[in-house]
Amino acid sequence: MNKSHLELSQVGMDFPTPNGNFCALENVNLKINEGEFISLIGHSGCGKSTVLNVVAGLLKATKGGVILENKEVDEPGPERAVVFQNHSLLPWLTVYQNVELAVKQTQKKTTKAQRQQWVMHNLELVHMTHAKDKLPSEISGGMKQRVGIARALAMQPKVLLMDEPFGALDALTRAHLQDSVMEIHATLKNTVIMITHDVDEAVLLSDRIVMMTNGPNATIGEILDVNLARPRARIALADDQAYNHCRHAVLQFLYEKQRKVETVNQVNNKKSSIDQQAAELPVKASTDAA
Amino acid sequence: MFKQAVLPQVTWLKLPEKVKQAGWLNVLGKISLPLIGLCIFLMIWGGVAQNIDTSLGKFPGPTDVWQQAGNLISEHNAERERASAFYERQEKRNQARLEADPSYQPKIRPYTGSPTFFDQIWTSLYTVFVGFVVASVVAIPLGILCGLSQPVYTAVNPLIQLFKPVSPLAWLPLVTMIVSAVYVSENPIFAKSFLTSAFTVALCCLWPTLINTAVGVSSIPSDLVNVSRVLRLNALTHVIKIVLPSSFPMIFTGLRLSLGIGWMVLIAAEMLAQNPGLGKFVWDEFQNGSSESLARIMVAVLVIGMIGFALDRLMLLLQRKISWDKSVVLR
Repeated sequence: MNKSHLELSQVGMDFPTPNGNFCALENVNLKINEGEFISLIGHSGCGKSTVLNVVAGLLKATKGGVILENKEVDEPGPERAVVFQNHSLLPWLTVYQNVELAVKQTQKKTTKAQRQQWVMHNLELVHMTHAKDKLPSEISGGMKQRVGIARALAMQPKVLLMDEPFGALDALTRAHLQDSVMEIHATLKNTVIMITHDVDEAVLLSDRIVMMTNGPNATIGEILDVNLARPRARIALADDQAYNHCRHAVLQFLYEKQRKVETVNQVNNKKSSIDQQAAELPVKASTDAA
Repeated sequence: MFKQAVLPQVTWLKLPEKVKQAGWLNVLGKISLPLIGLCIFLMIWGGVAQNIDTSLGKFPGPTDVWQQAGNLISEHNAERERASAFYERQEKRNQARLEADPSYQPKIRPYTGSPTFFDQIWTSLYTVFVGFVVASVVAIPLGILCGLSQPVYTAVNPLIQLFKPVSPLAWLPLVTMIVSAVYVSENPIFAKSFLTSAFTVALCCLWPTLINTAVGVSSIPSDLVNVSRVLRLNALTHVIKIVLPSSFPMIFTGLRLSLGIGWMVLIAAEMLAQNPGLGKFVWDEFQNGSSESLARIMVAVLVIGMIGFALDRLMLLLQRKISWDKSVVLR
């Protein structure tokens, strides 16, 4: 077996709480090859973001570790660029300056002209050159996320980490951005780890879908290989049998094997709040009458 | 070209009559309502003042105060005339002596008349400015440090809470003694009373900036901090590129509060330190005890209020000018 590009081995994560340690992750083992597009999918609170943050180096795993190109990951760095869920552009810098900051930081030896060219090249990749002098507050959510991707790409990362990059976008914008990401992945052949809630998105974009069990003690439940030829077209695939088979497998995992069970406590809370509302109503009516 | 010039006029003409009226009413309200408020205040003031008898005569009403304001201006002008006459006389005398004896080195002696009301305003502004700058230079870096590091904040916070509520009047004797002991110089550039007042102002207006900076820095969105970590920005770049812009609105709010407090504290400090500013003016008039004194003090009160207001507006304008976030509502 050839050596993997990125390897998570025995990753476990405990968070200290007042009621003792909370074990969020346990025994997460994953080997990722160079150029592979991996999706992490699972119910909210299952520790997907924790896995991503451990790979990014933003969190330190309490057990196990992450190895990138034979080196252990122990701190964040631009070779593992992150696209954050809510874009995280610096609101006081223009689109250009936001990308430029990343370029300045990662290419210190290049000339100013080269850096400038590199910024523009990356803005071109995400089709955002027209708005280069705008502030983040002046562009739409989808555009902001495009710039966030451009900033991450500009760092020339070995692994691109995306934390629900399209979660806050409407369906049409999301589809546009998914196409852009596929296009970029086809050109640059980056290794990508993406967190998503969206089954279609996972199947459309990924080479492998990593499905996670529910927390606490979350771990990898199943891994699904998506053997669909690239480039993939969303409309043609909608009728494709292999595509639908993959969708079915993921849906089955999420809604049958790992059905999210709301804890008794939460259900009770909801019930009591309804009771409260019901109790308040007659009072209101009586004051009205008075 | 023609289209561009005419278009705005045409659209303006097309505005429905109701909207235009509402607009005018709005503007009228914005001007007239404060005026009405002012008139009511003046009437109450005038009415009440007549019924207060003090050992220095009746409490001054609006008319007395207006009169004294005029007096203060004419006193200022008279003093300026005297000063220029004084310099003119010296000039003539020097010229005459030079003609008689070419080797004579001409000397100009400074005019030593008493400071006028306007000189005192300038002294006050200068003093508060120096105190404010000293406080800001200490408070902003310290605040950033406190905001970035929880241990530092935990260590410094009790001290902030302890010293924040201390009145300037309590600091002043200590500051006076320290300045007298430490600032010993053959030909001092600054008067001791000036330094005492400025440092007292600094001690009192340190805290709002310090607290606001610390809070602003510690509440930077964690995503932005993560961006900085992923980019591996070093500490200095992190502060300049991420921390300062992000906490700028909070820092500026702190600065505005500080300047307001500084201006308030200054008057008390000047009274006790005898720094020739507005505080000393009020104190001297009070000690003077003439029948005009109360009206003159009232002029000072109004001027202090107007300057305080102007300083606050000035800070606001400055904030609007340099803040990246133009959408934020500033008040």
